[in-house]
Amino acid sequence: MKPADENLVDVRGVKLKFADKVVLDGIDFGVKSQEVLVIMGLSGCGKSTLLSIMLGLLKPGAGTVFFKKEDMLKLSRSALNEARGHIGMVYQSAALVSSMVVGDNVALPLRELTDKDEKEIASIVDQKLELVGLKDARNKLPSELSGGMQKRAGLARALALDPELVLFDEPSAGLDPINSGVIDDLIIQLRDKHRVASVVVTHEMDSAFAVASRMAFIHAGKMIFEGKPEDFRNSKEPAIAEFLSSYEKQKQNRK
Amino acid sequence: MGRETVSEIAERLAKGRSPFRLEDFFYQCNRVGVGSVPMVVLLSVFVGLTMALLTGYQLRIFGIVTLVPAVVSVSFTREMGPLFTGIVLASRIGAAYTAELGAMTAGGEVNAIEGMGIGALRFLVTPRILAIFCLTVCLTVISVISGILGAAFISNLTLQIGYGYFFDQVMTNLLVKDIMAAVVKSFLFGGIIGWIACYKGLSVKGGAVGVGNATTSSVVVAVSSVIACDSFCNIFIVTFFP
Repeated sequence: MKPADENLVDVRGVKLKFADKVVLDGIDFGVKSQEVLVIMGLSGCGKSTLLSIMLGLLKPGAGTVFFKKEDMLKLSRSALNEARGHIGMVYQSAALVSSMVVGDNVALPLRELTDKDEKEIASIVDQKLELVGLKDARNKLPSELSGGMQKRAGLARALALDPELVLFDEPSAGLDPINSGVIDDLIIQLRDKHRVASVVVTHEMDSAFAVASRMAFIHAGKMIFEGKPEDFRNSKEPAIAEFLSSYEKQKQNRK
Repeated sequence: MGRETVSEIAERLAKGRSPFRLEDFFYQCNRVGVGSVPMVVLLSVFVGLTMALLTGYQLRIFGIVTLVPAVVSVSFTREMGPLFTGIVLASRIGAAYTAELGAMTAGGEVNAIEGMGIGALRFLVTPRILAIFCLTVCLTVISVISGILGAAFISNLTLQIGYGYFFDQVMTNLLVKDIMAAVVKSFLFGGIIGWIACYKGLSVKGGAVGVGNATTSSVVVAVSSVIACDSFCNIFIVTFFP
């Protein structure tokens, strides 16, 4: 299977089973440069698993994942590590190294994967922390930060090597509307100013519509929708219609 | 994964890069080595003291109490020193390694490191295993010296064996093969403890309970393995280097 020419990432026919449970059953999608693809679906439908597969952390039972026309699943370990250097990942739990201060967390990929000197690294760390509004938190341990700050620190770390693609796993989950808005603005800023493509996995509809260039929906292991946000909103697909109406109901109840 | 980590290290060396962060290695060395000295010294002094006391008590019956320095120094060098150092390190450092790596695994930190393209085994495990591998032998030397000093002290106090005679007997009776046995055992024990502790830490499943279970299991398996390995080493040494 060959990747489409214009796509930065091409996921084709990805299947994954955990024991007897089929999690992903032939997922196909592509991500172009400088676009934000939002993947939605019910909890446990395999959205985060899909990100792990894209990063080569999990091997699917079948299918291919092309990143810059290289099949991530067939790369040697050193080539895979090299490819991972071009992909940033922001985890749901931030996954910062808890024994390192924020500055060292952001500097970690720079120290480990580049030959830059400490002066250069310090200036990149400052720049990335400034981008996410955390310059003052440089010497704080992750445990001293709020959930939103941890996510922003995770984003700064993901951006340290100037990746071409950033994967976001539930970036707004558990955040208040203000922090959630900050993360959304950062995703948009990455796309518009830094020309970075993003894949965002989320449940948060407001965030999803705010950042998405395209949207996709996974249901029963299959990608049942892939298209523009407005088409998603008007989709007649029963699973999507139910998802949207539940969300609207929840919103009404909150009022 | 192990083979890939070795090739990753080789690749970094070929590029003139350090295979792991040297500051991490020295931090682990300080923790394994310097941090364990008080416990190793304390334990060894008391074990040496008890050994000399009980050996002297038995040998006095046969009128050969003068053999205490030889018996204690040889048995401490070949057996007690490496074994007690191994047990101290398995419980003190092995448990710490497993708990640390286990918490990192459960918290998704190990996956995040791997996802950045930094080999988690190379970055997290190599400095730890190397530190314990290198430092166990140093701690064994400290343990043996402490044990012999404890034995000399109690021999002088209760068995009326002078320090001069005691140390003279130690030097006369200790052979190079005894010291080599201690050195070889120490390297083996260090490697075994480090490998088991890191493996258990990286295989954690099930959050905080999983970390607790892995830590307990790591100590039990490491202590048992050290004792079993010690027995096999003794059989090998006695058979091939009588």
